[in-house]
Amino acid sequence: MSASETTTARVVAPDTEPAWKRVADDQMRRGAFTRTLPMWVGAFALLMVMPLLFPSAVGVTIMNQMGISIVFALSYNMLLGQGGMLSFGHAVYFGLGGFLSVHVMNYVEYDGWWLPLPLLPFLGGLFGLAFAIPIAGFSTRRAGTVFAMISLGVGELVAACSIIFVAFFGGEEGVSGDRTMGPPVFGSEFLSEVEVYYLTAVIVLISALFMYLFSRTPAGRMANAVRDNEERAEFVGYSQRYVRFVSFCAAGFFAGVAGGLFAINYEILTEENLNLVTSGWVLLMAFIGGVGFFIGPIVGAILLTLLQTVLSNHTELWQLYVGILFVLTVMYAPRGLTGLVMMHGPALRAGRLGMLAVPYAIAVVPLLALLAGTALLLEMGHTANQSVVGESEAHVFGLTLDVTTALPWVVAAVLAVGGGYGLYRIAQYLRDAFAQATGPAGGHQ
Amino acid sequence: MTELVIFSLLNGLVTGLLLFMLSSGLTLIFSMMGVLNFAHASFYMLGAYFAYTISSYIGFWPGLIVAPLLVGLAGALVERYGLRHVHRHGHVAELIFTFGLAFLIEEIVQFFWGRATKDYSEPELLHFPLFTLYGQNFPAYKAFMILISIGIFIGLFTVLSRSRIGLIIQAAITHPHTVSNLGHNVPLVFMGVFGVGSALAGLAGVIAGPALGTFPGMAFVLGSIVFVVIVVGGLGSLPGAFVASLLIGWLQTFAIALDWSVNDLLDILGVSFDADHVLRDLWTLSLPQVAPILPYILLILILIFRPTGLMGKRET
Repeated sequence: MSASETTTARVVAPDTEPAWKRVADDQMRRGAFTRTLPMWVGAFALLMVMPLLFPSAVGVTIMNQMGISIVFALSYNMLLGQGGMLSFGHAVYFGLGGFLSVHVMNYVEYDGWWLPLPLLPFLGGLFGLAFAIPIAGFSTRRAGTVFAMISLGVGELVAACSIIFVAFFGGEEGVSGDRTMGPPVFGSEFLSEVEVYYLTAVIVLISALFMYLFSRTPAGRMANAVRDNEERAEFVGYSQRYVRFVSFCAAGFFAGVAGGLFAINYEILTEENLNLVTSGWVLLMAFIGGVGFFIGPIVGAILLTLLQTVLSNHTELWQLYVGILFVLTVMYAPRGLTGLVMMHGPALRAGRLGMLAVPYAIAVVPLLALLAGTALLLEMGHTANQSVVGESEAHVFGLTLDVTTALPWVVAAVLAVGGGYGLYRIAQYLRDAFAQATGPAGGHQ
Repeated sequence: MTELVIFSLLNGLVTGLLLFMLSSGLTLIFSMMGVLNFAHASFYMLGAYFAYTISSYIGFWPGLIVAPLLVGLAGALVERYGLRHVHRHGHVAELIFTFGLAFLIEEIVQFFWGRATKDYSEPELLHFPLFTLYGQNFPAYKAFMILISIGIFIGLFTVLSRSRIGLIIQAAITHPHTVSNLGHNVPLVFMGVFGVGSALAGLAGVIAGPALGTFPGMAFVLGSIVFVVIVVGGLGSLPGAFVASLLIGWLQTFAIALDWSVNDLLDILGVSFDADHVLRDLWTLSLPQVAPILPYILLILILIFRPTGLMGKRET
């Protein structure tokens, strides 16, 4: 088994993979859990103290939302990042898991079912899995465009069904429940948001751990091999279809878990939770964070949840900013934000990270000018376009700007254009500095 | 019944031909570059909005010409400075890029035109019933839509099969390197095809805007159906796209027109069920209700039983 894996890894990237990485990979395989244990303990400790750092109701609500998004985005990455399957319908399993969880909550409340609340998300996961199995059966034959199309079709189909089958999906107003009716767990009936936070945190950690361990099992490793080269993976003796099938089912399960968490948190599910918008949102989270890294979707989920909850309080244009961020990520940082950080690894190991400090400090100035100028232009444009007649003040960065006067426009345009031009001018200098810091010792690239 | 059938046939033809204007460009782009352009329907939306703005200044008819040209230009720029850049990361990256683009274009449209439906209407000249049958009017504008679509179909077919440019395009689909070696600028051909495909989508938007409404969700409403069309027709097959467009157009209009339900069927069979059962939604299911999901059921059936699509050669 382990011999065949190593062969695949070497065949896929014979020259590009440095020796240290190969060694690290081998070590990782031997003790996926024990080696990363300190990190998991650290994550657990962090999760436990977070409510003490952000005790406000808003803070806890946002963290709960983050937890749900993290599980959802990680499950999505089992498809896209680890298995090479681009899905436009992953919200189906999230939504179905959530809907079932709300129904079970209602059974607990009205029909006297006995079920401690912490088990509910896993029930949602099983329901997600139950739906993922038949759909995986016919959609994992191929990856790539075809898989994406089928996932889109299934997503639309289920979303459309949710309006038709009112008994299960509750029609337009959705289905709501009450999480507090189950038997108390450690004396808690989950009346407050903080109690829900701790429940969410534990389940997030368990799910993340199992998804991480899955990525280290032979099934998870073969998913990578199939993603990189399905033909060679078949020569090693694995059916690409079966490998994808397993990944897909696992992803469906964890999406269902995320849906169950959502049900516990919001106590209501609507058609919105399983339609294409939610499916697209999870793609954005995973991709902006970085699909090539296990931690990438976590970064993306945290960042996008922050944008969704905090930025949306300050500007109506937040989705436009997210869209711009996403397209820029696809074009210029296909390995996501995590990839941007990780590409400094060689410099760090060579002890030359300090060489980048000055170039980066210089780059920050035009970058900030560009961002500020663009944001000003967009916000003022929005005010000029949309506001009711007579209202001509845009509120940006705590400033109040009158969009009928020329001065703010000129300043914003100068900032944006100047920043853009400045970045363009120093781009080559930055590239050289980066190459020098990461390149082979003592030499120039 | 005759009345119902005739009008459903006509309305289905309008929808089907509209779908074809979108799917023809999309399938052409796919067969050349292997890219399924998720943002294709977004160009359709841009067409409608451009035409709306133009028509509010200089009228409907100039907009009919200018808006598609602008959309085509936008499409060409997207190919040149966006897609070509992403191309080296593979097809999945390209698909993600076009998805992001669709997301972004919807936000941009909301930025400039707001969330409300725009009052973009057909020209006065076409604002009359063309004929009246069984007391029901058939608007002249729909006939105009049919006419434009058929004109485009004939034009596209002629250019592709009879002209030199069509020859180069067809050759570039199958043998890009050979065509390049013969001295043709293949990237330019790609950009041109992408631009023309986008312009066709834009034109569809211009003429569909008044009939189906001009609002930020219009790309979303039609987008996935267009995907269904080209997969059902067979990826890369233009005749397949035509057949599938009409098929789905008629499927949807007839499903909405015919008010049959499972209950009726059960009545005929002499079976009855109690109305409070958990599965009650299944027994009261009617054809108009399932109309929106019929294309997707068709898609899944096609992908399972005939992966090449109706007329496609390559397996999807």
